[in-house]
Amino acid sequence: MGALEAVILTIITASTPLLLAAIGELVTERSGVLNLGVEGMMIMGAVCGFAIAYTTGSPLLGVGAGLLGGVGMSLLFAFLTQTLMTSQVATGLSLTLLGLGLSGLIGESFTGLPGIKLNAIDIPFLTDIPFIGPILFGQDILVYFSFALVAIVTYVLFRTRTGLIINAVGGNHHSAHALGYDVVKVRYACIAFGGACSGLAGAYLSLAYTPQWIENMSSGRGWIALALVVFSSWLPRRVLIGAYLFGTVWIMGLYVQAMGVAIPAQLLSSLPYLVTIVALVMISGNKTLTRINTPACIGQPFAPER
Amino acid sequence: MKLILEKRSEQSRAMALLSPLLAIAITVVIGGIIFASLGLDPFKALHVYFVEPVTSLWSIEELIVKAAPLVLIGAGLAICYSANVWNIGAEGQLTIGALFGSAIPVYFTTWQSPLTLVLMLVLGGVGGALFAAIPAALKNRFGANEILTSLMLVYVAQLLLDWLVRGPWRDPKGYNFPQSVPFEGWQLLPLLGEGRVHIGAIFAVIAVIALAIMMGRSLRGFEIRVIGNSPRAGAFAGFDQKRVVWFSFLLSGALAGLAGICEVAGPSGELQPNISPGYGFTAIIVAFLGRLNPIGVLFAGILLAISYLGGEAAQVELGISDKTAQVFQGMLLFFILACDTLILYRVKIVSGRPATAKV
Amino acid sequence: MKRLIGLTAVALAMVLAIGVPHAAEKLKVGFIYVGPIGDHGWSYQHDQGRLAIEKELGDKVETVYVEKVSEGPDAERAIERLARQGAGLIFTTSFGFMNPTLKVAERFPNVKFEHATGFKRSKNVATYNARFYEGRYIIGQAAAKVSKSGVAGYIASFPIPEVVMGINAFILGAQTVNPDFKLKVVWVNSWFDPGKEADAAKVLIGQGADIITQHTDSTAPLQIAGEKGVHGFGQASDMIKFAPKAQLTSIVDNWAPYYVARTKEVLNGTWKSEDTWGGLSAGTVEMAPYANVADDIVKAAKETEAKIRSGALHPFTGPLQKQDGTEFLAAGKVVDDGTLASMNFYVKGVDGKLPQ
Repeated sequence: MGALEAVILTIITASTPLLLAAIGELVTERSGVLNLGVEGMMIMGAVCGFAIAYTTGSPLLGVGAGLLGGVGMSLLFAFLTQTLMTSQVATGLSLTLLGLGLSGLIGESFTGLPGIKLNAIDIPFLTDIPFIGPILFGQDILVYFSFALVAIVTYVLFRTRTGLIINAVGGNHHSAHALGYDVVKVRYACIAFGGACSGLAGAYLSLAYTPQWIENMSSGRGWIALALVVFSSWLPRRVLIGAYLFGTVWIMGLYVQAMGVAIPAQLLSSLPYLVTIVALVMISGNKTLTRINTPACIGQPFAPER
Repeated sequence: MKLILEKRSEQSRAMALLSPLLAIAITVVIGGIIFASLGLDPFKALHVYFVEPVTSLWSIEELIVKAAPLVLIGAGLAICYSANVWNIGAEGQLTIGALFGSAIPVYFTTWQSPLTLVLMLVLGGVGGALFAAIPAALKNRFGANEILTSLMLVYVAQLLLDWLVRGPWRDPKGYNFPQSVPFEGWQLLPLLGEGRVHIGAIFAVIAVIALAIMMGRSLRGFEIRVIGNSPRAGAFAGFDQKRVVWFSFLLSGALAGLAGICEVAGPSGELQPNISPGYGFTAIIVAFLGRLNPIGVLFAGILLAISYLGGEAAQVELGISDKTAQVFQGMLLFFILACDTLILYRVKIVSGRPATAKV
Repeated sequence: MKRLIGLTAVALAMVLAIGVPHAAEKLKVGFIYVGPIGDHGWSYQHDQGRLAIEKELGDKVETVYVEKVSEGPDAERAIERLARQGAGLIFTTSFGFMNPTLKVAERFPNVKFEHATGFKRSKNVATYNARFYEGRYIIGQAAAKVSKSGVAGYIASFPIPEVVMGINAFILGAQTVNPDFKLKVVWVNSWFDPGKEADAAKVLIGQGADIITQHTDSTAPLQIAGEKGVHGFGQASDMIKFAPKAQLTSIVDNWAPYYVARTKEVLNGTWKSEDTWGGLSAGTVEMAPYANVADDIVKAAKETEAKIRSGALHPFTGPLQKQDGTEFLAAGKVVDDGTLASMNFYVKGVDGKLPQ
């Protein structure tokens, strides 16, 4: 296996959980809700995914469980912020605290057990093509799904009535309400979608990235995903670019070190963050584009006037 | 039957005071049930959790040590969020503040005078403010969203600290271990009392009072609230949004930086790769629990500190795991947030479909 | 008024009574962990030591612990809490707890403290560490024998002496087999980030390493080695379950003998403050059963192990040169513990520059 091929494969693995979680959070935020609990939902996805895959022996069931784990957490968030109208920022952060603790409790009996890897698909002939074979045709389903998700979300948000409703609710919930849309219901759905995606990202960590369960194994990836949504200016294709940009710089830092180049490891480790900031500054120049796509109601609670 | 929240025409004053009590009552009941189901004596458990941290002198002192940075940072963030400016990088500003302030003992190891400490504290604030100026400038100049920039800069700050402590700033007599020279004499904060309480606690109280006055009485406070509510209305009133962004970032950054140098020159007494157990992030919760009101932040900071100390005490005295304590903390926060809803909304139970659905 | 004062005094006494530890017949042994017990690495192994004390000494002792204590301002409080709860012996199991341990020890002169991996002692603070480098020398030798490409990848956490001496011991071991053996080091700036460790392993394998070794805590690198069909070594605990085809052996931290012995000393009243640095011979460092290697390699590894155990071989024996070729140890000399404990240079043969 060539070095370049190895690097590309590693970048794909490193970027996929970020992409999955970020695309879900993008939809949540499009509906006008800021859920800072991505890290908490992700880690719950990881532990649920691992637990079910381990007990049933089926990684696919594990993926499903991870998804549900994320949805469960997100519904708790939705109930608090949408029904009880709590502060979204504080609730999201508390959700992360809760998720980290709860996942540790659930995972206690699963620590130190080797997991079951979600295997890459193998298409005869195609996967065997040198170089492009393993990269294009030798990934696991979640990788393909993450790309499909970008396409689907783009289509739904900009080409369908559902997307119109989501954008309307996020853009101005009072007029959306006046038009007869159930703002709270739409937001519940979008929050749950975000939870599902975060859960999948978590399942990817514990079933594909590093097939095992360890406490805190998400190591802050949920926060990066959150930042990537902002980076994207709420455009799905830019989430894709952002996740892969971050993943690429991240892996290149390790690659350059292994080559023996004498740059402090801390500087290399900080490059993904710096590059993302610089890239954001560069693309923020187009202020109209940013303004059009920023959900105006983000973070604000909605209570219909009576 | 359906549960409906109805917006009150104005905030309920009674509920503003009652809701935290209600939340604590719910937590005590539910927590007691949970502890009992874990096979623990619920009364002892709750005593360890909520009563002990505020009854023994040592616990109270430790409570103050833990709450001081949370309040200091949280008060600044409350102003930021009131202005609708999303600084979530206080942890990074804290780190850079600690670095700036520590430069004095690291480079002038033997310099001992009251001025040493004053300069360290000033540099701490300046460092935090300068670091906060980056997202502020990027937002004002390029329109770059501050949620991303301030968050990403946290990691950069921590890696910079890591590099310095393991490299150029390493104690030459420290056997190449990652720590700076130990601070001494006037490089350390004066202590209040026998324990670890340092004058950082006083700074926190001063900050709370000053910011409460500013928000309630001054034109600047008015400007922040108007811009925060509606930038357009602010513009009509002649307020400058960019100036508010600058002000709130610099203010919250300076307070976070001050908290950073207080941690290093106080409880730590040296620069280490880890200087804060996530104070900058926890302070975000504190700001919102305190309803973005500086006085509220004071109480919220103390409450959160109790939940940390109680969780730790429960590990030692009850043998529950850190994870259980964390879940309990998350639950407590949810109850408080949910009860706060009662300040703005009235709960109504309606039978059948609400009438307004037919609009 | 007098009655009021009296009542207050009674109430105060009651409140205080709750805070004062009961006169304990049992010795309470406290532990402070830097990570979660569930890390299955560093903190997990220390907790295994705690459980060993309970098992061995039964009802003579009682153990308590606080996990996930950050190495910042919170550490001192956590340690003091254990002392206040009546612990007679407290193990603080990470380097960053050094100064907090000393500060608390000053206030509790009757409590015995044990700090892992530090260098400051006092009357009631002892230090202890393990000679993991002995194990690293053995796996270096085995690596050079197993490797076909002659390149190993080393996933390192932070450039502290402990890690640097491990890298050096590994390459010195490897050089006894293949003087041109190459070592690629990647610093991940974390003790514990499974994802990043896995990424580093993949990058290293992509660059031609067919042996993966690590000084980080998770099992992820070894899992990657298994996936990619190369070999590797476990860290802290036996990780064979995670990589049945890839793990050759593992350097196991076994704190149990030391913890049990020190607890007994406190019970007997013979405890002294000292610096203990146990290795293979003390049983603090153990090699997990060898697997996936030819018999002659196992035999050679066991011979080396026996020689180190008996003291016939010290991994750092002169002549040794630093990376830049300057001599730091003359022929026949053995390195002293002080130099080891503060090692901040690579020996000759390591590629790349040590981050300073």
